[in-house]
Formats: sequence, structure tokens, C-alpha cells
Amino acid sequence: MKHTTHLPDRRLVRDRNGAAATAAPPPARIAHRRRRPTSQLGVPPGEAWGRAAWAFLAPVTLYLALFYAYPLYRNLDLSLRNYTVRSFVQGNAPFTGLDNYQKVFDDPTFGPALTHTVVFTVVCLFFQYAIGLALAVFFNQHFRLSATLRALFLVPWLLPLIVSASTWSWMLNSDSGVVNAALHAVGIGPVNWLTSPEWSLTSVIIANIWIGVPFNLVVLHSGLQSIPASLYEAAALDGASAWRRFWSITFPLLRPVSAITLLLGLVYTLKVFDIIWIMTKGGPADSSTTFATWSYQLGFGNLLPAFGPGAAVGNLLVVAALVFGLVYLKVQRKQALA
Amino acid sequence: MNRSTRRRLTATAMTVVALTTVTTACSSGDDSTSAKATDGGSYTIWDPYPQFAKGSDWAKLLDGCGSKAGVKIKRTAFDTSDLTNKALLAAQQDNSADVLIVDNPVVSTLAEAGVLTTTDENKVDTSKVDPNLLAAGQSGGKTYGTPIGANTLALYYNKDVLKAAGVDVASVKDWKSLTAALEKVKKAGKKGITFSAIGTEEGSFQFLPWLWGSGAQLTELDSAQGVAAVSLWSDWLKKGYAPNSVINNTQTTSWQEFASGDYAFAENGTWQLANAEKAGFDYGVLPIPGKDGGNAAAPTGGEFVTVPVQGDTGRYATTQKLVSCLTSTENLYATDTTLSYVAPTSEVQDKQVTENAELKPWVEAVKAAKGRTSDDLGTKYPKISEQLWKAVQSALSGSKSPKDALTAAQDAVN
Repeated sequence: MKHTTHLPDRRLVRDRNGAAATAAPPPARIAHRRRRPTSQLGVPPGEAWGRAAWAFLAPVTLYLALFYAYPLYRNLDLSLRNYTVRSFVQGNAPFTGLDNYQKVFDDPTFGPALTHTVVFTVVCLFFQYAIGLALAVFFNQHFRLSATLRALFLVPWLLPLIVSASTWSWMLNSDSGVVNAALHAVGIGPVNWLTSPEWSLTSVIIANIWIGVPFNLVVLHSGLQSIPASLYEAAALDGASAWRRFWSITFPLLRPVSAITLLLGLVYTLKVFDIIWIMTKGGPADSSTTFATWSYQLGFGNLLPAFGPGAAVGNLLVVAALVFGLVYLKVQRKQALA
Repeated sequence: MNRSTRRRLTATAMTVVALTTVTTACSSGDDSTSAKATDGGSYTIWDPYPQFAKGSDWAKLLDGCGSKAGVKIKRTAFDTSDLTNKALLAAQQDNSADVLIVDNPVVSTLAEAGVLTTTDENKVDTSKVDPNLLAAGQSGGKTYGTPIGANTLALYYNKDVLKAAGVDVASVKDWKSLTAALEKVKKAGKKGITFSAIGTEEGSFQFLPWLWGSGAQLTELDSAQGVAAVSLWSDWLKKGYAPNSVINNTQTTSWQEFASGDYAFAENGTWQLANAEKAGFDYGVLPIPGKDGGNAAAPTGGEFVTVPVQGDTGRYATTQKLVSCLTSTENLYATDTTLSYVAPTSEVQDKQVTENAELKPWVEAVKAAKGRTSDDLGTKYPKISEQLWKAVQSALSGSKSPKDALTAAQDAVN
């Protein structure tokens, strides 16, 4: 499984770009400097220089090849062959081209899974960002206990997912759940949160929003602190209302931070698996199946694993995340030029 | 962004990353899966019993069998749902365990993969095992292992709840009388029945007694009998005889509902006997009735001891000694008592019933039980099962009628 750590820091992202750029032909100015190494570096010019450069590059190249390129290649290979349990063990699965993808596209689960993935991702991102931003602005007021409260808001993020998802599924239980008990107390009939096809997707979305808000809060809060207070003072002197100050100062100046928050959130939300699997197993009857749970269901959720189609669905997710990553890079480059 | 905020941001990020790493590190267990030890005197055993720690009777039994055969045992316990893929991966790397204990419906999948040796090759003796239990480990006329124990499903009932509702349990003979009993229980203000209809193999396992009890076959899900079986469950949900939560219940959560003391009936397995004693109310056990009376065939659960294919065929001789030690009469008795299973041979079953009379209905149920992969379904079973649990879920959640759900399921299998 692919792991994406949250690195809410633009510098780290830039470093990664840096690493990628080193492998590609370096920009002219740097190349020029490299061609004329000075003796004060202690490295003799010529062939040894090249070897030393490769030696420095080797760890990261090896790491990238071993832990990124190879698994991706294997996943691609898996999705292009017709694996049965027998050929999986013996390693002689016939190459079938895009058959697995065709199978996945023709599957009756494909349509619903696509819709659920899009709805899940968009709704989660919107609410996580909106609530995270509202809380970030709120905590930026520096009232007493603001730091403590902010720390408490991190709890959902720090809890292991198995704990929070199990708690949610217990709270949303149709018969003995605390949510239905509360609804009953105010005179609303019970809702089958996890066991009705109308509600199951909503339930996992609610749980995922709750888990994602802290991440947005932390990153956006840090972003807010980089906006100079003098701007707000000037705006206040000009008589701008709090609402106006938010839309004309906070929101535009927060744009770079928002972009990375949303991108990381998107990648993270696309691949959310544990919460849905623990709460509903993608059910009832596929009503909360996303690509992530479907891929797992195909590859591991059955006594007879279907590795090929499972890998194909996984690759579709990788491609989706990659597309948005490229969109982000493009937007970022445009901002840097502007 | 100015430098100091950026530094603070980095610090926050690092702290958070560190914290998440720590929490995930705590939650994920040791994942070492290297099976074969380098020295020849050590044999590996993989089992699905992570609940048994190092000092447990089970671990001691394995060590004992090892020293009897003159070798050292290296045991690894996996979660049962993990074991199939781990076994396949190990076989792919030619790194299989010497002895592999797996859930019985998985045997035909592993056999299909060419991972397991037949009993002709590994010389394991299966002559004493009940044929209906052994059938789950047979495909294409070959036997791929021997059961270590068996379990199956029956109806537990709460005597207090039934008494309060005025239900005589002897009157429950078929589906009609069972539904009538549930109606009475509901009128008395108690809850009817709980089971597990979750969207995994567990859901199919629990539904099978009703499917078979209606006279339907796994090869024809959309038959009128099959529809009757799904309708029975969905009607129970509609009328409130069974809680809506069954759609997400595992067998464990379903048991917890029953253990609360509010439910009249619960469909559950042999392995809950020990917990039933602790439940704090008077309980009884009833075979699951067929549609028109008689007992429905329930599916067999429980694991098989198998011998995976090895590059070095010289290992089989010692492995055979280990397997026959594990499945010897006295060791089977001890193991099946700890697991709360019914033994696979009549000799040990008789001993179990003499020691504990409460096991009698379970031994009978196991004798009447049927393997899920039997009837030469083999690797067709997993596909059918997946469609079956989906159909049951669609019908129970009301997204499709029982007939439409089963028709869709049958179409997907074909």
C-alpha cells in the first residue's frame, strides 16, 4: 500500500522538486558553475568529480528506485497480466494488455464507486477546509486558552484510525448508538446511519471530515500567522469590516497555503480506506464503496484474490492523484512567476 | 512567508509527523514473515491463532511435537484474514511454511494455486476423519489436508426471555414456528433474533444454513427457495424481529447483542460456548430449523492442517511426523477443548461428549454440517459467496427486492 505522509510545508515540497531537478539537466547557471569547480572544495576536477557527484546522488536515487519506482512498476505489471492464484505463485501470468482495465470499467461497481469517490472527496475537502479555516481564524484571536483548545482539536488526528473509526461505528449504530439515542431524545426517529444505502456514504463522510479538520486547522493557522498584522491595522483604520478584512486580506494572502492544504487533503482523501472499511466495509451493497475500498475488496477482501483488477483500480487512483499533483505544480509555478 | 514562521511551520509539521509515526508504529505489529529458518533442524508452523501467546498450551503442544520429532519449531501466528495472502506470497518466494494451518474454505484456493501437497504425497493419515468434514479439503478427487477441529452454527436462545414471552422452545420446529416465536417475543417487549449479515465471508457463512435449509443450492442462487430464504431475513428486519444492525454485525458484535440479555435468539457458533457460560443468564442451544421442519445443514467452520510444497522434498518425512502428532487422538482432544471446537474424528467426539454433555447438540450439528467448498465447488465458492453476501445486504437494506438481488447475484456469478 502506498503511504503518503502529511508534510504541510512548502519547503519540503520544494526540496522534492529540487531532488527531481538534480536528476534532470540542471539549469544553465548551475551547470556553468559545476563545470569549473574551484580547488577550495577539495575535489579535483575531472572524472573523480563526476564519480563523487554520483556517490552523493546514489542514496536518494537508490531509495527512490527501491521504494517508489519498483512498487509502482510491480503494480502496473500486476494490472496488465491475468493473474490467477496459480499463476501468481508460479509467476507465469500471461500478459493481457488492458483487459483488467476493461474488466474494471465494465464492472457494475465501477459507476457507483466513481460517483462515491468523487462525492466523498469533494464533500470532505470542502467541509474540512471550510471548518478548518473558520477554526484557524477563530484561534488566531489569541484569547486565553486558545493554545490549549487548539491542541485539543488535534486529538482526532492523533488517534489511531482503528480507534476513531470503531468509535464512530459504535456511535452511529442503528439500535444501540448514542447518536440515535440523542435524536430520540429530541423526538426524531432513528436513522440507520451505517446500514441503509441512503445514509452510509454520509456517515463515512462525516467521520472523515472530523478526522481531517485538525490537519487543515494546523496548516491554515500557521499560514495565518505569516500575514502581517499591519495590513489588518491599516484595513481597520480604513473602516473595513471583519468580513471584508477576511475576504480581502486573509483569504487572498492565504492562497498558497490553501493550495497545498487542499492538494495534500485531496491526495489523502482519495485514498481513505481504513475509515470506510472499518465502518461499513463499503456496504451495504456497495453504497459506500470508493475506489480505495474496491481495490482492497478485489485484491484482499475475498477468499479468492483478484490481484489484476485490484491493481488496475489502484492505478486509477494513482493516476488521479498524479494529475492533481501536476495541476498543483503548474499553479505553483505560475504563482512564482507572477 | 517569512523565515521564522516557516521554521515554526516546519517544526509543527515535524512534530506532527513524528507523532503520527509513533502512533502508527504502536498500532502495527511485528510483520516478520520469513518462514524458513536457515538451519535444517528447525521447522516452521503458521497458524491463525494469534490469541494464543508464547506460553499457551497450543504453543507448548507445537514445541512438544517438535521435540518428539527431533526438530525445533518456529511458530508464527497470523490473523486469519491475512493468512491466505501471506501463504500465497510465501509460496511465490518459495518460502512456504512446513506446516500451514488455514481456514477450511481457503484450502481449495491454495490447492488450486499449487501451494499444497496432497495426502498421497505427504502421507498424512486421514482415515479416521468424518467424511463430511474432510470434504472441505478435497478437490478434484484429491485431499489436501486434515481438519484440526470443526465448528458450526446453531441457535442460542435465552430461556428467561422466552419464558417471559410465553414461548415453548419445543414448538420451534420450522421457519413458520420460529417467526411466530419471534412475534411473541416482540409483543412481550423484548428483541427477537440477532445474526451477522456483514459484507464479508462471515455474512455468507451465517446465511448458508437458511439457504440450505430452504432447499436452495449454491449453484442456483435465484431459485424460488433461495428467494424464500432471503425473504425470511428481510421480513424479520422489516417487522422488527431482528435489529437493523445485523447488516453491519460481525459474529462477535452479534454475540455481544445477545449477551446483553435482551434477545431471544442468536445465530452463532460453537466457539461462543465458553462466553455463553459467562453471559449470566440461562441459555439453550437449538439446531437451525429447515424451512419445513427438520434441521438445516449448517456450514462447517474450523481449520485444516496442511503441508505446503517445499523445494526440498526431504522435509516431508519430518513434517508428516509433526502433523500426525498434532492430529493424534489425545492432542486433538486438548486442542479442540482450548479452541472450543468439535473434534473431526468420532473417537475424540465421543470423549468430548462424555466429558461435557453440553457439546452433544454441537457434535450432532457438526455431523450434519456441510463444507462450503464441498460438492466440488472448490474455487467457485469464493465468487458465489461474494455475490451471496452482496445480495443479502441489498435485500436487508431495502435497496433491492430479494428476488432482484439474487437474480443480479446469479448473473454476476455466471
